[in-house]
Amino acid sequence: MFPKWFNDWNSGNPTNIYGPAIAIGAIGGAVVVAALIVSWGQPFATESTQTGPRGTGMKVVQFASREDDPTIADYYTEEPYPREDGEPLAGEIYENVQVLAGVSDGNFNRLMNAMTQWVSPDEGCTYCHIVGDDGEVNYASDDIYTKVVSRRMIQMTQYINDEWYAHVNANQEVGVNCYSCHRGQPVPANIWFRIDPVNEATEGWAAVQNRATMQSQFTSLPSDALYRYLYEDGRITVHDLESRVAGSPADADFPTVQDTERTYSLMNYFANSLGVNCVFCHNSRAFHDPTGYTPQWATASLAIEMVRDINNEFLEPLGPEYPPERLGPVYADAPKAACATCHQGYNKPMQGLNMIADWPELASAEPPEY
Amino acid sequence: MSFWPEYQNIFTQVQVQGAPEMGVDFGEDMRGERTKGTRFSTLIGLIGNAQLGPIYLGYYGVISLVTGTLWLNIIGFNMLAQVDWSIPEFIRQLFWLSLDPPSPEYGLTMPPLQDGGWYIIASFFLLVSVLTWWARTYSLAQMHKMGKHVAWAFASAIWLFLVLGLFRPILMGSWSEAVPYGIFPHLDWTTAFSIRYGNLYYNPFHCFSIVFLYGSVLLFAMHGATILAVTRYGGDRELEQIYDRGTATERAALFWRWTMGFNATMEGIHRWAWWFAVLTPITGGIGILLTGTVVDNWFIWAQEHHFAPTYLEPYGYESYGDGTYMGGE
Repeated sequence: MFPKWFNDWNSGNPTNIYGPAIAIGAIGGAVVVAALIVSWGQPFATESTQTGPRGTGMKVVQFASREDDPTIADYYTEEPYPREDGEPLAGEIYENVQVLAGVSDGNFNRLMNAMTQWVSPDEGCTYCHIVGDDGEVNYASDDIYTKVVSRRMIQMTQYINDEWYAHVNANQEVGVNCYSCHRGQPVPANIWFRIDPVNEATEGWAAVQNRATMQSQFTSLPSDALYRYLYEDGRITVHDLESRVAGSPADADFPTVQDTERTYSLMNYFANSLGVNCVFCHNSRAFHDPTGYTPQWATASLAIEMVRDINNEFLEPLGPEYPPERLGPVYADAPKAACATCHQGYNKPMQGLNMIADWPELASAEPPEY
Repeated sequence: MSFWPEYQNIFTQVQVQGAPEMGVDFGEDMRGERTKGTRFSTLIGLIGNAQLGPIYLGYYGVISLVTGTLWLNIIGFNMLAQVDWSIPEFIRQLFWLSLDPPSPEYGLTMPPLQDGGWYIIASFFLLVSVLTWWARTYSLAQMHKMGKHVAWAFASAIWLFLVLGLFRPILMGSWSEAVPYGIFPHLDWTTAFSIRYGNLYYNPFHCFSIVFLYGSVLLFAMHGATILAVTRYGGDRELEQIYDRGTATERAALFWRWTMGFNATMEGIHRWAWWFAVLTPITGGIGILLTGTVVDNWFIWAQEHHFAPTYLEPYGYESYGDGTYMGGE
């Protein structure tokens, strides 16, 4: 197909084309990739938030493509109604209203509607109120566990907003309501149960670790961190605060390497629940050093106490109310809460949306003045 | 189509396969302890000597292999028991599984089998296995009338191994301080060990160990590259070049002297390499041995000795709470 002179010239001048071809191909390919990155941008761009002094590497890195919490779009809210003259209170006209008796009739029904939207949008009112033999809804009856649990959850929400104000309003007024955890689901997504021991063939420390579980964040770290630290009040800190401290792992209360692994498991859970890394709260060169803590460390420390409090005062005692399918797989314990239950991967749940501005009924145990 | 220069190839370019080399026999029953069979592998020849075998086992080798196999199998069967003897689960969870040391409360006593007892038994076999393998390197060198450099280099690694699993747990008063036998679990141990004792990066012996480790890598690359580069002048005959310096040595020495003003000698570079490699686990072992026994918080120790810097710049946290603090987003 080529002219004779070309074939003659070609056979008379044998040339190794592979070396140059590979070199040109590699260089050319690199130029094309570089041009694409420059013109189209880094496809996995990240954003960094500096959390400490320059030069310490303290920054929280997240993908720029990360979107806002998708459940925000489905959030239902409605401003309170002014109380009309002579409008009765819920406790005056409805039977068996124990917690919200001081709320005006209109606002009581406004809240009941909202709770349905937040917790059981598909199931409706009858998720918590039974339908009698006559086909009518019996709102007063407590013969269904969901109603008993809901009442306690309303009290818990008021308690959190009131007693743990410093955590749930750490940066600005945010607070919590039912939707903070439920997000349109009757059973919140990130509840937890006690699951240790996770290894039947062993005892001691070997029995609580080396399993990829939700609670170990799929690492081989211990799976009992939430139970020991956020239900029981186990000691989380492991460091000695002097360069030399006497003691042996065989002594009671000596923080061991194993304890450290469990603390590390808890910290991993914290980080993943909030979508952050270690240096959101610590200068990681010395995790124990208070001069390296960020303000979030204090907020998170409060949260540890808060979660212990609500797990012990509200959630675990509800155990006898639940049907078996709502209880834990190993101990038949009640579902409990921790960071991810509300935060759901974001350090500000719902991007810091104010959850109590429209819901003074849930902000405090005191009935609101409208 | 030779577009890749031969001298840049990682594989051996010329393989020798002929009558097998059966080795010397200085008496001492060396040949009697040697396996008889031998064969050639072209594939193996690409990365080394094409001849496979004969291998000398001896008493030490047999004891080492048997106890090492016991160690490995005790771990394997413990892991298998942990997944209810399911092979698929064993494979699926292999990297998570572990034979853990005893719980701390047992101190230096013999714990129940399910809580570290098997670990103690397995570790005993590993100890025997490693030490007999060391004796084997020593006695084989002796039989060949060699120096004992390999045995002492191996001993430096055994020092670190003994510190981690024997000396330090005894000083700490509990076998629970030993390292678990598991892929991820031993990494968990490593990070937790560093965190528990206030960040091992502030342990100066850890620093030394890193220097010698990375230094070994650097020296290995420099030496390997230098010898390959002067192979065309006979530089690969390093021993001859040591006692009868030729143009290969002259050029290699000149190259480095002109590059950095200093050069090792054809013999001295091997002493550099040996000491850098050996000092890596020696210094590392000292650092581990001091941790929890002499120093419990390396960061605070480093502050006391004025080499952990204090940051004088404001952290910027005073704006926290007014919505402008950048860490609050």
